[in-house]
Amino acid sequence: MFEGKQVVALGERDGIAGPAIVKCIESAGGNVAFSSTECFV
Amino acid sequence: MDLGSQEKIKRLADEHGPEQLLVVLGAPDPESAEIAAETLVLGDPTYAGALAEVQLGLSVYHMLEDELRSQIPEDVFEEQIGVMVDVLESEQIAAAVKGMREQAPSDG
Repeated sequence: MFEGKQVVALGERDGIAGPAIVKCIESAGGNVAFSSTECFV
Repeated sequence: MDLGSQEKIKRLADEHGPEQLLVVLGAPDPESAEIAAETLVLGDPTYAGALAEVQLGLSVYHMLEDELRSQIPEDVFEEQIGVMVDVLESEQIAAAVKGMREQAPSDG
């Protein structure tokens, strides 16, 4: 699924944060090109 | 979606080609997940950001979707995501993102 892909992790503070997504993707061998944790108030 | 993120994603799509990008969302509810997915597939519905009227048709998944979750080692998923599977409306979020993914323009 991640092979040859550039992964973008768009986390959200009230849901799943960017760093948690990044750890999951990287543990599966994915390459994360950009990550953020957005916040809607 | 954050305007800075839209700009960054557009730049990555220009650089690598939209078919090389895979976006993973962490949105807390079906509504925000759907809007984020719509922005990435069909363009920014608020016409505010760099993705306004840009149909990238990106592959977009939510972190809680089974298709994505099944790729992640179980112990890592449990440690990083864990209880959020039960806290968030996983099924509704997954359905919202999948529905938007299916609207991707077929000609790319």
